[in-house]
Amino acid sequence: MKILCNGEAREIASGIRVTEYLNQLGLDALSVVVECDGKILTREEYGSHELQDGSVLELIRFVGGG
Amino acid sequence: MLTIAGKKFRSRLFGGTGKFSSPEVMKEALAASGCEMVTVALRRVDLNNPADDIMSVLDRERYLFLPNTSGARDAGEAIRLACLARASGGGEWLKLEVTPDPRTLLPDPIETLKATEELVKEGFKVLPYMNADPILALRLQDAGAVAVMPLGSPIGTNQGVLTRFQIEIIIAQAQVPVIVDAGLGAPSHVAEAMEMGADAVLVNTAIAVAGDPVRMARAFAMAVEAGRIAYESGLGAVSKEAAPSSPEDGLGFLR
Repeated sequence: MKILCNGEAREIASGIRVTEYLNQLGLDALSVVVECDGKILTREEYGSHELQDGSVLELIRFVGGG
Repeated sequence: MLTIAGKKFRSRLFGGTGKFSSPEVMKEALAASGCEMVTVALRRVDLNNPADDIMSVLDRERYLFLPNTSGARDAGEAIRLACLARASGGGEWLKLEVTPDPRTLLPDPIETLKATEELVKEGFKVLPYMNADPILALRLQDAGAVAVMPLGSPIGTNQGVLTRFQIEIIIAQAQVPVIVDAGLGAPSHVAEAMEMGADAVLVNTAIAVAGDPVRMARAFAMAVEAGRIAYESGLGAVSKEAAPSSPEDGLGFLR
């Protein structure tokens, strides 16, 4: 199935949860905040939230800024 | 000692984390600056560079993180960024920036006030970046801002305190700390702001882009301290007339 992750179309297997997807991307779950379909997920939800076909995922983190 | 929203700060210099040539230089420069609060921004993760994480470089025991809402063009975008910052573990502190015009990066006063009202209700400790408008400073203070951050000159311009007259009024009227932010390009600029009675200053670009950011950070720290001591010591009055420093009496032997 297809999702949109940080503006990029990506093909993923169905049934994948957020924690699993972050692992696949090589991302430390504690270093990012996840917004899925416009809703911010709490860290506790990463393990249970399953990505759906057409999900719009935003992975955000702190960067240098003034 | 400076207190903002109940939190005490020994240093009156706040740092930024943007534009440094490397994380190592940033870390060393922030240490040299002595600052205890640093700003950070929020952006999409670079999926091609997943290990690039500023949080792994900065010690959160040492620095209070002040997430900013840079990039927001209206109150709605700023509130969304604020919620993301809080969900990222950024805490309640927030530098509110609403800059709709990329050319000037000047803050939108109406959207900034609107966002401040909303975010204070949501429990954020809001430090709004604002144009140096004394009336707006009072309105933001009344809306619950824990400090106000009037600009010296536009972000990243290194032009110094071009808003002196307005900042003097803001300092005279404010019940909350006044942090002069943006455009402070040289240690003399921050010394000037501190001599005027600013409670603190925020510096990013001038330190980050210096030939030697670590030594420049030290220079800024010294200037902040010098300016503060001068303010507390009471500066002499400015006069248009000359006044001799040596005695006028006792010159009879010359004439």
